Amino acid sequence: MTEEAETAMDERIKKDPLYRRLMKRPELGAIAGMILVTVFFLATADPAMFTLSGFMNFMTPAAQLGILAIGAAMLMIGGEFDLSIGSMVAFAGLIFAALLVNFGMPLVVAIPATLIIAAAVGAVNGQIVLRTGLPSFIVTLAFLFVLRGLSLVGLKWATGGSTQLRGIRDAVENDFLTPVFSGDAFPALFAWLANIGVVETFKNGAPKVPGIPVEILWFVLLAAAATYILLKTPVGNWIFAVGGDTNAASNSGVPVRNVKIALFMFTACCAALLAIIQVLDAGSTDARRGFQKEFEAIIAAVIGGCLLTGGYGSAIGAFFGSIIFGMVVIGLTYTNIDQDWFQVFLGTMLLLAVMFNNVIRKRVTGER
Amino acid sequence: MSEPILQMNNIEKHFGNVIALAGVSFDIRPGECHCLLGDNGAGKSTFIKTMSGVHKPTSGEILFEGKPMSFDSPRDAMEAGIATVFQDLAMIPLMSVTRNFFMGREPTKGHGLFKRFDVQHANEVTMSEMKKMGINLREPDQAVGTLSGGERQTVAIARAVYFGAKVLILDEPTSALGVRQTSNVLATIAKVREQGIGVVFISHNVRHAMSVGDRFTVLNRGKTHGTAKKGEITSEELQDLMAGGQELAELEGSLGGTI
Repeated sequence: MTEEAETAMDERIKKDPLYRRLMKRPELGAIAGMILVTVFFLATADPAMFTLSGFMNFMTPAAQLGILAIGAAMLMIGGEFDLSIGSMVAFAGLIFAALLVNFGMPLVVAIPATLIIAAAVGAVNGQIVLRTGLPSFIVTLAFLFVLRGLSLVGLKWATGGSTQLRGIRDAVENDFLTPVFSGDAFPALFAWLANIGVVETFKNGAPKVPGIPVEILWFVLLAAAATYILLKTPVGNWIFAVGGDTNAASNSGVPVRNVKIALFMFTACCAALLAIIQVLDAGSTDARRGFQKEFEAIIAAVIGGCLLTGGYGSAIGAFFGSIIFGMVVIGLTYTNIDQDWFQVFLGTMLLLAVMFNNVIRKRVTGER
Repeated sequence: MSEPILQMNNIEKHFGNVIALAGVSFDIRPGECHCLLGDNGAGKSTFIKTMSGVHKPTSGEILFEGKPMSFDSPRDAMEAGIATVFQDLAMIPLMSVTRNFFMGREPTKGHGLFKRFDVQHANEVTMSEMKKMGINLREPDQAVGTLSGGERQTVAIARAVYFGAKVLILDEPTSALGVRQTSNVLATIAKVREQGIGVVFISHNVRHAMSVGDRFTVLNRGKTHGTAKKGEITSEELQDLMAGGQELAELEGSLGGTI
């Protein structure tokens, strides 16, 4: 800033110190939470948790949840909820598995088809919400049951009576796309790292960590893309705007309907991506896949600083929120603590996060 | 005086069996502030919504720069150069001043997939436009929620001016403001007028209108009582026209002439 502008500043305003500027970032809570959780487990858990293989252990569930949470966070910033994403994982899993096993399609067809069908369901959700003006909470709650039920019915139809569809491994064994969506990435790199002694090895010489599980890469990629869109593109500005005030946004020329529907579609696609990864990983799909994940994803987004009222939040926050999750759910197995404390932790964390977010919001808007 | 930019002739607007506007004529010239006065329910809101493209008139004619015009949406009117600052200001408190300023009209740089919101340019423009209106922002990424009501009003006005408004419609900009903030907004209106923009100032506060207005039109029960130039009319006369004279005179008597 120029000298001149500096002198013209209001003399009653102090420059914010760094900590106060950091306090205004939506993801602050999640980062602080992650530091707390790390300190907690450094003190109580087996040191194996913080080795490379321990890291991969807790990052894998974190990434699986995170893929959902980033979609949920984007939608929440846009002012809507989607409670059907957990059921969407099961539904998309069914579609994907049926396309592979029952219709014998290659991945290059099955993956886009699954994503398109998921996006279409997301668009239906969005259309209903926008046309009826009902809260998305209710509309997607209906879809939570509809999709779960369809998954059950569809699985029985696809398998001839069972609720589990197997045989996916065989169907995709030689498909060139399989390594992109399942298993561990960069095996050669990790083999080499093991050779030079950076990565620990088993007795037979195989590295203890054979590579980075692909879901972690997808998770990081998605978080980066979502952050870029939110902060650096006009569409990001529209997302904040429709979440902040639909009326104001549409009066300013923001295509409110399109933005909201696109967000519903994106969230559904995130669920479908998770379904694809999980189904390929497990080699089967069943109707309970993604059960209650919608709540965990929303909680991760809230821990990440998303306001329940929309218009505020960050994808980075949801990223860290998901990692907190993974650390706790896996970290407890490295301690002597009963794992069932996890649920207690979940509820407490949600409550603390919501209260903390309220304080942050007041700070940002200068409300007193 | 120069030719009117916007002329509204004999506008009628019916909502079912309710006649909201029964033949209102109004025009606005560049560089003037035309005050539209009226009590609650007089039809002010319906009239400006017709002017800004939200409603289509049931009958009557709108001439924009001499040509007949029919706006299908507020977007159309905005593109033609008719900007409206509604009472809710179309501002989002949680978003930064810059993000609000460019909401829906973000400047971009780069191409294709890498086309992105040019935040730096947007920040610079916001700071300098706000400075022109006499407000020094602490920082462009300050949230709008931290601004005072008058400052928010000014952001909304500055935004309309920056995006090329020829006619600026202000819907009761001073109704919820304190004394100091009101004078700031009135000063802003004066600045906008100097740039050759026609300002339509809607108010039910005669004193505010008298301080910046060049012409005054009073709307009462969906009709106009004609337009008066500055100096041709006193604030008491305007007050009477707005409230329908008779009843207010009685009320005023009982209140000891304090309204």
